Amino acid sequence: MSVLLSIVYLIATVTFVVGLNKLGHPETAKNGNLIAAGGMGLAIVGTIFLHDLQVPTIIYVLIGLAILVGSILGYIIAIKVEMTKMPELVSLFNGFGGASAMLIGLVEFSKNADNTMQATTIVSGIIIGAITFSGSLIAWGKLNGSLKSVVKIPQYNSINNLFFLGVIVLAVYMIATGVHNPFLLYGLLAGGLIYGILFVLPIGGADMPVVISLLNSLTGIAAAITGVLYNNMVMLVGGILVGSAGIILTIVMCKAMNRTLASVIFGSFTVNNAAEGVNKALGTIKSTTASDTAIMMNYASNVIIVPGYGLAVAQAQHVIHELEQLLVKKGVNVKYAIHPVAGRMPGHMNVLLAESNVDYDLLIEMEDINPQFNNADVVLVVGANDVVNPAAHNDPSSPIYGMPILDVENAKHIVVNKRSMNAGYAGIENELFYNSKTSMLFGDAKAALTALVSELKNM
Amino acid sequence: MDLLITFIENNINIIYILILSTFVGIEVIKSIPAVLHTPLMSGANALSGVVIVGAILVMLHANPEDYLALTLGFLAVVLGILNVVGGFAVTHRMLQMFKKKK
Repeated sequence: MSVLLSIVYLIATVTFVVGLNKLGHPETAKNGNLIAAGGMGLAIVGTIFLHDLQVPTIIYVLIGLAILVGSILGYIIAIKVEMTKMPELVSLFNGFGGASAMLIGLVEFSKNADNTMQATTIVSGIIIGAITFSGSLIAWGKLNGSLKSVVKIPQYNSINNLFFLGVIVLAVYMIATGVHNPFLLYGLLAGGLIYGILFVLPIGGADMPVVISLLNSLTGIAAAITGVLYNNMVMLVGGILVGSAGIILTIVMCKAMNRTLASVIFGSFTVNNAAEGVNKALGTIKSTTASDTAIMMNYASNVIIVPGYGLAVAQAQHVIHELEQLLVKKGVNVKYAIHPVAGRMPGHMNVLLAESNVDYDLLIEMEDINPQFNNADVVLVVGANDVVNPAAHNDPSSPIYGMPILDVENAKHIVVNKRSMNAGYAGIENELFYNSKTSMLFGDAKAALTALVSELKNM
Repeated sequence: MDLLITFIENNINIIYILILSTFVGIEVIKSIPAVLHTPLMSGANALSGVVIVGAILVMLHANPEDYLALTLGFLAVVLGILNVVGGFAVTHRMLQMFKKKK
């Protein structure tokens, strides 16, 4: 490797660290992303041109073609996708990265698996790459709704773990014996791919962001392993950064949902039979209309809006901004309360609201907004459910008991917009809906908010 | 045991880098506001596309007659760059929305 290339890799590595660091602060995030992207471009160009190999022109042409095709495709997908579809897109891109690592391993195994060290890196690269590839595709399918069924087979986890153990045994056998048998190699590949599917398939929709983050971390580890194989520092450090950052992000997400990583992976919510009988004792539901809600909000001085995924599904992020502006014009103090896991992944709601130009300063995080509910005249809950369920505070038998929630019940009036009385992701009743201060505004979020806006305009 | 000791001897630099980078990754992410989790995940995802460097190396080392290696390498480059370009582009698109209104 030329000295120049080493320096290029060093610069790229530094940009990764700086970029990732800047991505963590709202003011510098955009620059951080650009810095890391620049470093990546530098590393790619350097890899292509700064080497001392004799490479025929046709190879350069092929590399150029591959980069051109992939860049155009990636750019188009990134520009075209709707912001509500962000989680599945991240998952899809992540799957591509995993597939890339897997393919590299396949090529290198037939050429370079000469010693134990190399064989180990190649074999683990193939397995991890394959798992992230198929797992990410399943996560993508589940999030965009094309894969619905949650598989429930007794002893599913044991079968799963046994299967994974089998894959590991095969891998160890291949490394230890050093056999270059293509049949075993493709068996290993198939094993990794199948395990990726088995691993993600039973995990429920609400836990999907955690899984995506975990798979993201795995892709980083696959990249790092490939870096060890080539003794390539930029791949090694870049991969490890993503790997460790991804694990931390996964844990942070789990904490926000009051779930342990193990419970996400090994068991979906257990349906609590004890809680079922209580439903009837919860009281009655009070339903309201757009005009009544409009009057209530018109004369309020403090309104807090709690947006949830229902808002995103209905594409109502622009209407809610219109509602907010209208209220502000009428002298109402409006804020948004953002639960850490509102939307489909942490921060997703912020992106959606930012898309419709909602002022960043109006988005208040949970810890800061919770004390303010006492002063709120009206809280408007749009398409959120589990994040405002008081059972998290006062029902130890509830599966979400202990999850931090938004204390909307402290407000004077609560208006909940929901399509129907169906339970939320966690599949549990919400006693907030039966609260005497609560009125339900049934309907699709967009339709209901549009009606609300036109009622307010007439006042 | 001997194998392990030789392994450590031969790869001590890599081990250092591995451990230190892990800490850097953890420290950098630890105190990030929830607002930025989605863009951050997307940005980190783009970074994991660094695997494309390996894909390019596969192509550079491939024998022009070895069609299997060339095909797999080609696919690996396409998928890797998709991850990189798509990932950074979509992160940029997201972050652009976080403009402060005056």
